[in-house]
Amino acid sequence: MKKYISFICALSLGFTAAAQETIYPAPEYKGMLFIKNGTVHVGNGQVLENTTIQVNNGKIEKIGADLPIPMDDVKVFDAKGKHVYPGLILSNTTIGLREIASQVRGSNDFRELGELNPNVKSIVAYNTDSRIINTLRSNGILLANIAPQGSLLAGSSSTVQFDAWTWEDAAYKNNTAMHFYMPSLFVRNRGGFGGGPQPETDPIKAAMERIEKVKSFLREAKAYLAQTNRTTTNLKFEAVKGLFNQSEKLFVHCTLVKEMLIAVDFVKEFGLDVTLVGASESWQIAPLLKQHNVSVILSQMHNLPTGEDDDVDQPYKMPAALQQAGVLYAITDEDANSTGRNLMFNAGTAATYGLTKEEALQAITLNAAKILGIADRTGSIEVGKDANIIISEGDVLDMRSSIVTHAFIQGRTINLDDKHKMLNERYKKKYNIK
Amino acid sequence: MRRLKTAFLLLLFGLQLSVAVSQETYPVNGVADKRTGMYAFTNATIFKDAQNSIAAGTLLIKEGRFVAVGTDVTIPKDATVVDCKGRYIYPSFIDIYSDYGITTPQRSTTGFNFNAPSQLTSNTKGAYGWNQAIRSEVDAVDIFAADASKAKSLRESGFGVVLTHQKDGIARGTGAVVTLADKADNLVIIKEKASSHYSFSRGTSTQNYPSSLMGSIALLRQTFLDGQWYKNLPAGQAGKPATEGTNLSLQAWNNNLAYPLIFEANDKWNDLRADRVGDEFGVQFIMKAGGNEYQRIKEIAATKAPYILPLNFPQAMDVEDPNDARFVSLGTMKHWEMAPGNPAAFEKAGITFCITTADLRDAKQFLSSLRKAIEAGLSETKALEALTKTPATLLNVYSETGSIDAGKWANFIITSGPVFAEKTSIIQNWVQGEKYTVKEDGMQEVKGNYALTLRTNTGIKTFSLDVKSSNSADVLLKDTVAAKFSHDGKMIKLSFNESKRGKKGYRLSGVSNVDGWSGNGTDSSGNNIWWTAAYTKDIAAKTDSSKKKTPYSTGILTFPNGNYGVQELLKTETLLIKNATVWTNEKEGILNNTDVLVVNGKISAIGKNLTNAGARIIDGTGKYLTPGIIDEHSHIAVASINEGGQSVTSEVRIADNLDPEDVDIYRQLSGGVTTSHILHGSANTIGGQTQLIKLRWGVNDEELKFKGADGFIKFALGENVKRTTSQNNNRFPDTRMGVEQVQMDAFTRAKDYENALKGPNAKNVRRDLELDALVEIMNKKRFITCHSYVQSEILETMKIAEQFDFTINTFTHILEGYKVADKMKAHGAAASTFSDWWAYKMEVQDAIPYNAGIMNKVGLNVAINSDDGEMARRLNQEAAKTVKYSGISEEEAFKMVTLNPAKMLHIDNKVGSIKTGKDADLVLWSGHPLSIYAKAEKTMVDGIVYFDREKDAGMRKEIATERNRLVLKMLEEKKGGGATVPATPSFRNVNTCMDHSHNHALLDVHADEIGN
Repeated sequence: MKKYISFICALSLGFTAAAQETIYPAPEYKGMLFIKNGTVHVGNGQVLENTTIQVNNGKIEKIGADLPIPMDDVKVFDAKGKHVYPGLILSNTTIGLREIASQVRGSNDFRELGELNPNVKSIVAYNTDSRIINTLRSNGILLANIAPQGSLLAGSSSTVQFDAWTWEDAAYKNNTAMHFYMPSLFVRNRGGFGGGPQPETDPIKAAMERIEKVKSFLREAKAYLAQTNRTTTNLKFEAVKGLFNQSEKLFVHCTLVKEMLIAVDFVKEFGLDVTLVGASESWQIAPLLKQHNVSVILSQMHNLPTGEDDDVDQPYKMPAALQQAGVLYAITDEDANSTGRNLMFNAGTAATYGLTKEEALQAITLNAAKILGIADRTGSIEVGKDANIIISEGDVLDMRSSIVTHAFIQGRTINLDDKHKMLNERYKKKYNIK
Repeated sequence: MRRLKTAFLLLLFGLQLSVAVSQETYPVNGVADKRTGMYAFTNATIFKDAQNSIAAGTLLIKEGRFVAVGTDVTIPKDATVVDCKGRYIYPSFIDIYSDYGITTPQRSTTGFNFNAPSQLTSNTKGAYGWNQAIRSEVDAVDIFAADASKAKSLRESGFGVVLTHQKDGIARGTGAVVTLADKADNLVIIKEKASSHYSFSRGTSTQNYPSSLMGSIALLRQTFLDGQWYKNLPAGQAGKPATEGTNLSLQAWNNNLAYPLIFEANDKWNDLRADRVGDEFGVQFIMKAGGNEYQRIKEIAATKAPYILPLNFPQAMDVEDPNDARFVSLGTMKHWEMAPGNPAAFEKAGITFCITTADLRDAKQFLSSLRKAIEAGLSETKALEALTKTPATLLNVYSETGSIDAGKWANFIITSGPVFAEKTSIIQNWVQGEKYTVKEDGMQEVKGNYALTLRTNTGIKTFSLDVKSSNSADVLLKDTVAAKFSHDGKMIKLSFNESKRGKKGYRLSGVSNVDGWSGNGTDSSGNNIWWTAAYTKDIAAKTDSSKKKTPYSTGILTFPNGNYGVQELLKTETLLIKNATVWTNEKEGILNNTDVLVVNGKISAIGKNLTNAGARIIDGTGKYLTPGIIDEHSHIAVASINEGGQSVTSEVRIADNLDPEDVDIYRQLSGGVTTSHILHGSANTIGGQTQLIKLRWGVNDEELKFKGADGFIKFALGENVKRTTSQNNNRFPDTRMGVEQVQMDAFTRAKDYENALKGPNAKNVRRDLELDALVEIMNKKRFITCHSYVQSEILETMKIAEQFDFTINTFTHILEGYKVADKMKAHGAAASTFSDWWAYKMEVQDAIPYNAGIMNKVGLNVAINSDDGEMARRLNQEAAKTVKYSGISEEEAFKMVTLNPAKMLHIDNKVGSIKTGKDADLVLWSGHPLSIYAKAEKTMVDGIVYFDREKDAGMRKEIATERNRLVLKMLEEKKGGGATVPATPSFRNVNTCMDHSHNHALLDVHADEIGN
């Protein structure tokens, strides 16, 4: 007798629960799992037609066309006619730290007081019970880098997987990156109609001084860390240890060309592993970024062009410019109104404006994993990596067909229910909609 | 002989003249010194006015006025004669837009704070009106006090008379015509009340209302009505109804309408806006312009208004650093290049105009700026007229001043040459018959060769001295040695060395006497010396050393004059789109391999193998043709969007402040949008009247409007209107309970008002524009689109509407519409929503992406809108999300951004589907219109292709080329020593409803951050 459990890839799952509280994190699954006969988008540019993925103990064990499926106690998912992708990754987000974007201060935990908070860690405030998380999972987003905000050194982000009881269980990589919010070198004061008072000091000079403050901090930290027998402990200095041995990245949040060029200092002077976040002007210096080995996270591609004269599709074709120059880049979705759920459509837009679909996919999977330092474990469907996988009815980058039916995190089958689906069911019932 | 005479005159002029006319009432401290101030100016070229000049004429003045002018004027014996050979005389200039001698209060520098407590009534003490920005009671004559230093600087630029007023508020009271003489204030006032003044800026008013441009316009309109109402009250009430009492502001408002009305508009669109308000109430404003009028001169001419032009031409920016230059827009650079042509454009268009010093950083720049305008094509005759006769005529003081004619005030200038020539200087400026010297040595020709004699302790030495100007001289020795020289009309300083390299030299000081110069000094050894110098002969005039000027030229004016502007307005064509997949939105559904013929802006035929000899063929093979996207909720193309000053502002109208040059129009065309419903913001329970527009790129504000559409109005509920973000709200309402009562109260008042208007005392009912709009709603002549989120407020609002027997046409946002879809259906409301937004504030915690789907399935008319300048470009994709989330059919989904909003807006008889006879608002997509991979290749409105991806590629290149040309030109200006200002980013004002976050680009500035 065939003992394996076959799961039919159908949309209509039973919704009986009425609250998110009954969406349970999946229990650990040590057994074997097969996703068979799907179109597998590896995440590295490759597409494998009619391919089966074999997962064992949460890891991808084999990938092939004709893998034998044992008659054992295994799970089998038929993905014939469907598309299989690596779990999508939000490479910079405040999900879990911010529940209600504005006006409800009590629901926000993403910005600490002060300017030099390298010792602050996002992971300890990450709320696995956020209502938002489940709405992301159901769109195929399985991992995220949870970033603190602030001014200057705002603290460390950590990467989480989206199916856990506590933050400790959720942590996928602790201390992914230190976040440096570079003071803007853009003078916004316009005087003009009513305008504000003119600043007393040159804003550019003031910004440069604040940048120098961070550099001085790092110089002193480096000296402090070089000394092994210390009598006093400085938590802020201790917190940047990982930066110097490159176990932790430096994420520099900045926009302008000059800001990005200053960010290069952190590579040159301190030998840090630097990623630019935001970087909406990065297309202007893409070859330089490549030369300096600086990577980029584009946080808001669905944006208006910088200036009136810019090409109307300038933000949309930015990834293509970085791709062409060979820059390592990822796309994230920091839209405050749709809370990151449109990550794959940001990539889709990039595919419309110059990238291939597989390149666009890579920007939200393998590239993101590389930048976050987790590419050895996830970001692509390759043997040896965690089985962080989604199955979609069609092309996941296009809203016409982007319907995620199944998701797996470390081989666990994730419940794709969410608050929104529950409310949908509740009111379909009210109106007797089938 | 000539020398002697000039020198003699100089002496005479050095005397301080007493006032020509003294004040009778003032006691004299000392001995009376009455004079007639009779002067005869002879041998001058006299411009009586811009048209008439007299060569070698004589001008006679007495007691401050012109007595005679001509070639055969008899000079009375008791006239002091001034020989003006080689000199020119002009009537002095009149500045019609000044606040000379008036203190203008400064507005506080802190911008508008959306979250601060409201000031709902005026802070002005006294029996004045309700709004602090209506300051009709201010009379310039009451607060005027001459300002000697400002008068001097204006006189130095050739001005003799100004119209002054207090530049503060929306109604600013009256202006006075005064001269720039240094006399008692009593004597310089020519006309006490010559004008009344208006603007759109509330100035120092700290009251919240109006907080927007359209609010200012609404307040002006209402005040015109209030004035009429106040004036026409029956005699029995003594003009003071018990409910209003004495209203000094309205009294003054009414009185002030008798004067020429001057409106500070300061911008081409504001000129048109102000003119329209004037037209509504039968008044013609004189418009204070902004300098960008040349960009729309046809529309400006159509206002028939006289204009007052400032000359504050922008300075070149320092664009040396390419990263700084990047943020300076093409429009900014083009304006820099073309602004000096503004006065010439007015002249060419035959518009009456004056020229003012207003807006100049320094009055000293006036003449040089005017010369720039002349280089750019303004005729000298027109320039002079714009500074003399035109302002005098507009102010009804031409009988007093503005030309050199007997009987008028003796206000004139004496110049060294034709007044606008570059080398000419103003020598003297006479105001009310009193002389003010501008250039001390002006009447004396200092230039020439002099014999310099030094009496030293070793004997007498003589030198030959070439004086080239009042600050340049050479000593002719073996070499020509440059001396340090200055001659200020009286005092002389001269120092030089005996040879170019040598150290032996002299430092001399002296004065200019009647018969030559004399003085003392020291030599380089410290010995005393004495010296004299005598004029010997003229020296040859030096050739003009000023560098060759490149003749004035500019790039091509486009509409708008910058980014993606068109050189000529696009015209309708006969178009035949061949062989496309046509999504009709009609019962025919999707038609494959189908042709669509467009004639005269309408869809003329749909079918296979259509032909038309004259049509331009557009190949649609492999492409999709759909109706244009209609955005039910948009905030683009406006100067202001939120009148947040009060809880009920139904009197404000988006239509009053459209901005057809917003680049978002073009950007949204690139996303297939053809019609947008421009809504008022959501800061108040009853917002403003909305405006439907078609995205016709390049047209003016009137032509942007969707013609023949029903009027709508924005309402709002919930967190925004109860000012949740304010820590200390003092504006009612503060809860949803209060919101309901605001609605109830407004319609109750409107009902009573409507009845009163039908009653026996109708003609004394104060016309109230706020209530008019509400009456229209109740009479189903105006329709509501209501910002809403949670189910309680949705239900409550429908109940109020039902109580007053009307229907809420549309609930917008409506993110909990799915909870009360059945009740909305029963009420008859439509729903316009977001596809997948939530969690951005408390009231959207239950928002779900299935909302549109549920409402659709319950049977509501559902639209997906943008409410965001960026997302509007991807509305087809937003519609596609209803396929993803709710399994809506693709055709049905696409209707949510086309036909459904058309129905909601009552325009489905014109747009929203591809049907013969409908407007040819079409989009040709590169791929399936619901796919993220589809691009709008061509977007047509009324059969005009306003966006064409191929043409767009060409425009990008043109923009780059033109930008580069202008950057180089600015660099050239800098290299040539021209003044530059630091490169300033060209910010763009963006309007949003302040409801949620928006993805603004780097150069976008939220309009509410700027304050108004």
